[in-house]
Amino acid sequence: MSLMSTLARLEAVRSGRAQVVATVRHRHVSARPLVFVPLTTAGEAGAPLGALVGTERDAPRLLVVPQPRDRDLRFAFLTELADVVLPYIDSFAADVEPAERTETDPETGKRVKVEVELCADAPQLLVPSRAGIEFVRLLGRSMRFRRTAEQDPETPHPAPPHVPLLGRWLTHFGERARVPGSSLLQALTELLSRHWATGQSNLEDQHLGALLAWIDPPEGTRGAEEALRAELARGADGQLLHPPAGPATDPAFDNRLLAPAIERYDRARTRLAAAEDGLEADDRLGELTAAERDVRALVESRTRPTWDAVWHGLDLLRALPEGAHVADRWTRDRWSFTGHRDRVLAGEPPQPRLDDAVTAANKLATREREQARLDAQEALDDPLVMAGRRLAGEAFAGEVVEVVRAYSESRRPSPRPLVTVRTDDRPHLGERAKVYRSLGGRPQSAEFVEAVEENTGAAHENGADGEDVHGGTGAGAGLLVTVRVLDKMGRGREPEEGSVPEKGDRICFTLFEHEQRGGAKLPDPEDTPWTHGGPPGEAAATTAQRPDAVTEEDVL
Amino acid sequence: MTTVHDTADAAGGPAPAFDPGAEAARATDAILRDTLHGGHRGVVVDSPPGAGKSTLVVRAALELAAAGRPLMVIAQTNAQVDDLVVRLAEKNPDAAVGRLHSNDADPYDKALDELPGVRKSAKAGDLAGMDIVLSTAAKWAHVKGVEPWRHAIVDEAYQMRSDALLAVAGLFERALFVGDPGQLDPFAIVGAEQWAGLSYDPSASAVSTLLAHNPELPQHRLPVSWRLPASAAPLVSEAFYPYTPFRSGTGPGDRRLAFGVPSDGSGPDAVIDEAAHAGWGLLELPARHTPRTDPEAVAALAKVVRRLLDREGASVSERAAQPVPLTADRIAVGTAHRDQAAAVRAALAELGVTDVTVDTANRLQGREFDVTVVLHPLSGRPDATAFHLETGRLCVLASRHRHACIVVSRAGVPDLLDAHPSTEPVQLGVTVKFPDGWDAMMTTWDHLAAHRVRDAR
Amino acid sequence: MPPPRTRGTALRHLLAELRGPAVPVPGEPPPQPKALDARALAALAANPGCDRRALLDGAGVDKAALADALGAPSSFGQSQFALTRGNAFEKRVKADGGAELLRLVHEKLDPAAPPPETSSVPDLTAVGPAGRTARTALALREAVEAGGWTLLDHPMLALDVAGSPAFLEPDAVVVHPDGSWTVVEIKSFPMLDGSADPAKVGAAARQSAVYVLALEEVAARLDPAPAVRHRILLVCPKDFSNLATASAVDVRKQRSVTRRQLARLTRIEEIAEALPEGTCFGLDLPPERLTAAVESVPATYAPECLSTCELAFHCRERARAAGAVTALGRAARAELGGLTTVDEVLAAAHGEAGDPADPAVAALRRAAGLRAEALASASAGQGGTAC
Repeated sequence: MSLMSTLARLEAVRSGRAQVVATVRHRHVSARPLVFVPLTTAGEAGAPLGALVGTERDAPRLLVVPQPRDRDLRFAFLTELADVVLPYIDSFAADVEPAERTETDPETGKRVKVEVELCADAPQLLVPSRAGIEFVRLLGRSMRFRRTAEQDPETPHPAPPHVPLLGRWLTHFGERARVPGSSLLQALTELLSRHWATGQSNLEDQHLGALLAWIDPPEGTRGAEEALRAELARGADGQLLHPPAGPATDPAFDNRLLAPAIERYDRARTRLAAAEDGLEADDRLGELTAAERDVRALVESRTRPTWDAVWHGLDLLRALPEGAHVADRWTRDRWSFTGHRDRVLAGEPPQPRLDDAVTAANKLATREREQARLDAQEALDDPLVMAGRRLAGEAFAGEVVEVVRAYSESRRPSPRPLVTVRTDDRPHLGERAKVYRSLGGRPQSAEFVEAVEENTGAAHENGADGEDVHGGTGAGAGLLVTVRVLDKMGRGREPEEGSVPEKGDRICFTLFEHEQRGGAKLPDPEDTPWTHGGPPGEAAATTAQRPDAVTEEDVL
Repeated sequence: MTTVHDTADAAGGPAPAFDPGAEAARATDAILRDTLHGGHRGVVVDSPPGAGKSTLVVRAALELAAAGRPLMVIAQTNAQVDDLVVRLAEKNPDAAVGRLHSNDADPYDKALDELPGVRKSAKAGDLAGMDIVLSTAAKWAHVKGVEPWRHAIVDEAYQMRSDALLAVAGLFERALFVGDPGQLDPFAIVGAEQWAGLSYDPSASAVSTLLAHNPELPQHRLPVSWRLPASAAPLVSEAFYPYTPFRSGTGPGDRRLAFGVPSDGSGPDAVIDEAAHAGWGLLELPARHTPRTDPEAVAALAKVVRRLLDREGASVSERAAQPVPLTADRIAVGTAHRDQAAAVRAALAELGVTDVTVDTANRLQGREFDVTVVLHPLSGRPDATAFHLETGRLCVLASRHRHACIVVSRAGVPDLLDAHPSTEPVQLGVTVKFPDGWDAMMTTWDHLAAHRVRDAR
Repeated sequence: MPPPRTRGTALRHLLAELRGPAVPVPGEPPPQPKALDARALAALAANPGCDRRALLDGAGVDKAALADALGAPSSFGQSQFALTRGNAFEKRVKADGGAELLRLVHEKLDPAAPPPETSSVPDLTAVGPAGRTARTALALREAVEAGGWTLLDHPMLALDVAGSPAFLEPDAVVVHPDGSWTVVEIKSFPMLDGSADPAKVGAAARQSAVYVLALEEVAARLDPAPAVRHRILLVCPKDFSNLATASAVDVRKQRSVTRRQLARLTRIEEIAEALPEGTCFGLDLPPERLTAAVESVPATYAPECLSTCELAFHCRERARAAGAVTALGRAARAELGGLTTVDEVLAAAHGEAGDPADPAVAALRRAAGLRAEALASASAGQGGTAC
């Protein structure tokens, strides 16, 4: 935990309300998100019990598996889920805009620009908590290798149409959610925690109700007490007043309410099956319907508070102004969405169980690059985030106190002005360290020359032996940092108007780069070198697509 | 872990029959034989601290080149590449050496410009035909469309990530992998749990992927540390290399450290005398929770360094017939964090000390000094984190010295370790790395405690 | 010959007094102290710095009942769905004389041994835990002597914990043809494409390490002592099915940590002796006295306790009331030096207290200053141009 966020949390403890840790919204929030509040059955690997799902705040669709151990009922649930999710996804797939992408020409090996489609917007799936994201992944994994009767007439327990496709999409959402700064699939607890610090721990912030109580307590209450209530308060029946955001349910709910209801449902089904004539069957169907209605009511009672909490959280997030770089990152999400749309259309097989060596390395490289991009962009978009970087010695801000004209020592001298900034920050500047500032949205680079402490005059000249600048303990003492500006000043001998800071300007330099360079290209999977096991080969590709083994009691 | 102690105890001081020179030569010969004449595509060499890894790399490169087999050398940082280039040129000024460098400003050490046999370029094509071409893994990864080299040497292979090896392995047919398994592991700035347990986990070390896929490759070990004195090798071997022990190349009396100016009775002087005598010294400050830049600990570190210089130290070793003065360039201060290093530099500057190296464990990797002064990673901390418990960090800090290592710490480290919650998650299929940081901390502390001087301040 | 009144028995006596008279239930024998099971022993490593937990566990106080009595009930409970599923899976794995289980042990741990075509599953029933422990030890010895594969289904092992025996019941122990022993742990969380929830695997490894330690005590009494394998077999459902799959887990680290924590449990004697005269955790005491007794033992609460200790809600309430910074997480304290309470930290941050020469205070002031500056600039409408 950084000192900045610790301080914000402590302020929250004292004030009884969450404190902001961001002044702008750093994540994209769709105008039409699909909210998904799932419940799972305890002890079963990803066996859904039910869910609320939909895009309309006032009209969630309730999906329930009245007996989670019944494969047909689970398939019915998944079919219904596909009927909601896939049309939602499709509604974004058709609206495209032309775009350009650089590709390697397979014949010449040259990098060429090609015209491609880019979806104008992308779907956004919102779940209550981090565990919800895991559950989306699990659902995706459980469905994408299923075979429908159409795909394979011999398959035991064929899956209904669309179920494998839903699995592929949920897998894509789940995988994209691992990319820092992405917004295709988001957990509300994570979104809120990014922007507010509560007076409780990260662990406790996983309870959406408690988190919201800190951020937006009802009139006249204190966040701390409300959060405690949300977390622990139980009614006379021993049930939690604010059931957790799931997908796991409270054992007291399972044992006292759900288990008896499922048992009644089972009994009603058995009785219906044993009915001896139509009249009896009608009666018993009524019993079964009633029993099912009871389970549905129970599932709704556990999910509806969380559903409402998700929309409440969305209101709070939408009230924040969007950060300047959020749209840039959302465009990357649109590319990701468009790419998967194209793979599905092209008839490519589902994502394999395990990444091969090259895919894994490419994903890791992408995520590290996106993490660096996110860190830089959030700081550039938000003075409060930048304040944290300044405290950590990774940036410094201050007033320009001197600008000295200087030139490079080449035959055609270019401007290399020396800019001195007076700052109270303590940047970790090494010898000739590169620093960057934003000039009209583009990074301008400069090189550290020297730092002098204002009151003592102690100099750290170009860090003679690579030493960091250090301000000792004299808090409040100013540091005069001189840097040499290196670029973005035009081609002439004199810098272009406005390209060099002027005396009196307030500017901020970062020690981190603003833009990320692409990494080296890795070999194609079929060229995997011997150090990494050689090419995966045909056999691996076949096993990767094999359906899961099924047993009678399969949970999915 | 009794087994650990048993194995390590066997590696205690050099037994009478142990001839370090002969042992090391035998190991080197076997490595070169496998590299030049063996049938395997890869050879792995584990090198404990100061065991002559660079010497081995230079020798293997020159022998391959002399046999008419040009090769590429992959190191991890530009400083490592430049250092190898200089050593190669020193050893054989006639060798045709290419330094492949980046397009950044100042891409290589200016000292290379003085070496006539060394050609520098940012394009691999310009260096075609050179006997030995060296660069960083990051630069090599951008080299495309060239004929693969028949040979490569991968230096610091344990600090190289698996994905970095994946990017360059297509450039060579076979390779010698050299590195120190006890130093800091590579890391990723994002979670990579998704691939934990896979043989090619991109965030794992290059060597673990290589051996997972090619378990039959010959693995060698350099058995002798020429850097660590007889007082240090047993502890470092036991604490950090429990299953691959090594010994010191020198005996108990071979290295000596003496001071012309007698002790003034202060804590720093007492710990200096203890370390001069025993090879280790622990200057313990009263227990207290402090932020990372604990002013008293920083001041104590600076004072120890100041006194090391003031007391006219001289070292005796196998390297010179006469005692060699202990000068600032032979002393280093090691810390866990950059801000600690910065604070120590400032404190040293106030005491008029400027030429002593002060750096973090990460940056001290591969370096060597006569005396090191180390701020214990857990000193003053209210809690121990995975970062502070990382085995490699302490290993680097405790294995940079030829004569003596002085550790400065707040009291209370064992209590902190005892109270440390051990609820680490476990990933299936991931080989457990030994030693555990927690165990290594305990082992080293128990040893250091025997050389404790309490600072009364 | 009766044993002399040793240090161990003295401690046991002291702890029994602390536990207080058990609440009698009419018609039933007086309840025994809550015995430490492997899960509880493994949980010692979760917060080994907590004296309160060490003492209460050492004395065998029922922490869940204590939490209820203190008015801060724990939220631990198990869903009957999970229970049913877990039992069904274990039964399935052990069906047919454990054939599938032995096949997995052979495949994952000992492929060089002859395959387990025949095996024995000795009857381990006996009277009382001590009897079952003796029966298990005998069965282990006989299995080693007999050679071949033997499956011990729910054996009973004893481990000395601060002078009292704790009885432990692993899911299974397998004796290999070479005479070595393997702990088998059966869990109902899935192994999906070869990996499983690392937190759950970690907990299983710590639990298994306790069994390994207990088995090592049994082995040490045999001559020659059989090897207890440090790689245990974790058996889980495969993917989404009920089929069993398994993975070997190296528990050496967990064993080393648990061994050290068990050795340190002797310190509960010191903790107990430091308590005020007459301290007692009897559940029949009035709440104020019980609270006072609990508060007389120092605790080191951290949010992780919420998932590992029944008393966590009580301790959290106290930690919050005291303004302890660590109630927000252990890491919160890392950069605060000697400052431990919310008030101290905020007073230092806002320049109301604290020595500015203390780097923690200086850093807090800079942080507070930077935060105020950033918030002011954002509200002045300069947001979005941080740089």
